[in-house]
Amino acid sequence: MRSFALHAGIVLALFALQFVLPAYHHVNAARIMVYAMLAIGYNILLGYTGLMSLGHAMFFAAGAYGAGLAVHWLDFGPIAAFATGSGSGLALSLLAGLFLVRTTGVAFLIVTLMLSQAFFLSILYFNGITLGEQGIVLSNTAAVEAFGLRFHLSDPALKYNLALLAFALSLFVSLWLVRSPLGRVLIAIRENEPRTRMLGYNTFAYRYLAITMSGTIAGLSGALYCLLFSYVGASFASLQYSTLPLLWALLGGAGTIVGPLIGTGLMFYLIDISSGVTSSYLLVVGAALLVLTLWFPKGIAGAVRSRWLPWLP
Amino acid sequence: MAAISLLKVRDLSRHYGGLAAVSNVSLDVAKGEVRAIIGPNGAGKTTLVGMICGRTTPSSGRIEFKGQDITGAKSWNRVLLGIVYTFQVASIYRNLTCYENVALAAQRREINVVMAQEKVVSAAVLKALGRVGLLSDCHRLAGVLSHGHQRLLELAMALALEPELLVLDEPTQGLAPSEIAAFCDLVREVAQTATVLLIEHNLQVVLELAGRITVMDQGTVLAEGSPEDIERHPAVRRAYLGQ
Repeated sequence: MRSFALHAGIVLALFALQFVLPAYHHVNAARIMVYAMLAIGYNILLGYTGLMSLGHAMFFAAGAYGAGLAVHWLDFGPIAAFATGSGSGLALSLLAGLFLVRTTGVAFLIVTLMLSQAFFLSILYFNGITLGEQGIVLSNTAAVEAFGLRFHLSDPALKYNLALLAFALSLFVSLWLVRSPLGRVLIAIRENEPRTRMLGYNTFAYRYLAITMSGTIAGLSGALYCLLFSYVGASFASLQYSTLPLLWALLGGAGTIVGPLIGTGLMFYLIDISSGVTSSYLLVVGAALLVLTLWFPKGIAGAVRSRWLPWLP
Repeated sequence: MAAISLLKVRDLSRHYGGLAAVSNVSLDVAKGEVRAIIGPNGAGKTTLVGMICGRTTPSSGRIEFKGQDITGAKSWNRVLLGIVYTFQVASIYRNLTCYENVALAAQRREINVVMAQEKVVSAAVLKALGRVGLLSDCHRLAGVLSHGHQRLLELAMALALEPELLVLDEPTQGLAPSEIAAFCDLVREVAQTATVLLIEHNLQVVLELAGRITVMDQGTVLAEGSPEDIERHPAVRRAYLGQ
């Protein structure tokens, strides 16, 4: 109950934040919430199932391209495009999962990396459709008709609240998941998979389910990102977008529900501020990560949990 | 054998390259009995029960449980049929609480794991922990328990799965004499509802608990009978008791 209250409080605080943030940070916050969804999806695998992926860019990009291509080539409206994007993320997760479920540990990391690179290179190869590196700028996502009203996705308030809505849903889905009997099995797989099989669980099926949920949430985040910020490019499928959710989850605390949000927000502003000061801002990011791994190996929320709040999910 | 056999093993073999860990073993375990398997190190006891539980794939032979051929069944499906294995070296989730350890087993008994009701699971967990006397350690991490208590936790996990055939692989290894006595009482109690297959080095425990004893040596069955028969059997005395 108190963990539900805590997370509801976080969502309420984010809702209230939009009324006090200046325009620049207002957009940043929306971006962070969408990215945090990617981190939440990622964390289901890393934090709760014990599988480290280096290929979540493909799920993010599948969502983003599913939505972006539908708008660009087929003139889909935002809602239909969002559905297409999410469906693409789900389809890719189901497909990639067939291969990924056969691996764990380092092999899992390498296979995710390879599949993701193959996806990235395919986007470049089919540049007649995807427009390659240059990407697609969506110009006609103008309006959504609903309840007899017209909404404009370019409206910052709508952007913020859609991002918040999707983020909150992902947050509560992951909270429900880890506290459910299903989450208990995933954690058991993380801790000791052979033992879990001898308790009567088909661990392959459970890992497949975890990969699918993780990839689908990453795909949702990609679809939403493309529609809210009107752009999709090949860089979305690049290695950088696979390492970022890993860093966000580790920084915030892998295996915690709020960790991904904390990690994403901090890293976003760390890059934002340091890149304003120096062009070698990655040095600052690297130093921050060193400090983190040395003194907070469980991430921020993980450290808070082990020191003060043992009940934090 | 008048009683219905719960477990039927026929000509079971497992070869590792040229080495026959188990060769042509046949075994019948009747419902409700406590069967001990004894034999020197490397006799193939753990390989044999590994094949019965599905951890090891047999090279040849056939395993039947409740009249059903389970030779090719996956280990997790055998657990659902009622074959539950406890590990030789206590294999628990050290970073989880005792409650969570047993809850994983208890919720598996629900038809649909995802929809398992926490109330039902919780009751089963407390019952299993109560049976082994670990109720007060419910919310402690499993990793901080003493070795003896970790073995009891392992047994609690097995009990929460409501086994029909409980396979205990050297359960008293590393226990203090006082703990062994309590453990024997517990196994006797469990045996009232389940069939027990016990691999054990401690002969005193075996003679005290087992209704029948199977003696293995170098991958084959050397002798089988009641504890009195086995104690008198000349080949057994030579090979195993060293007399």
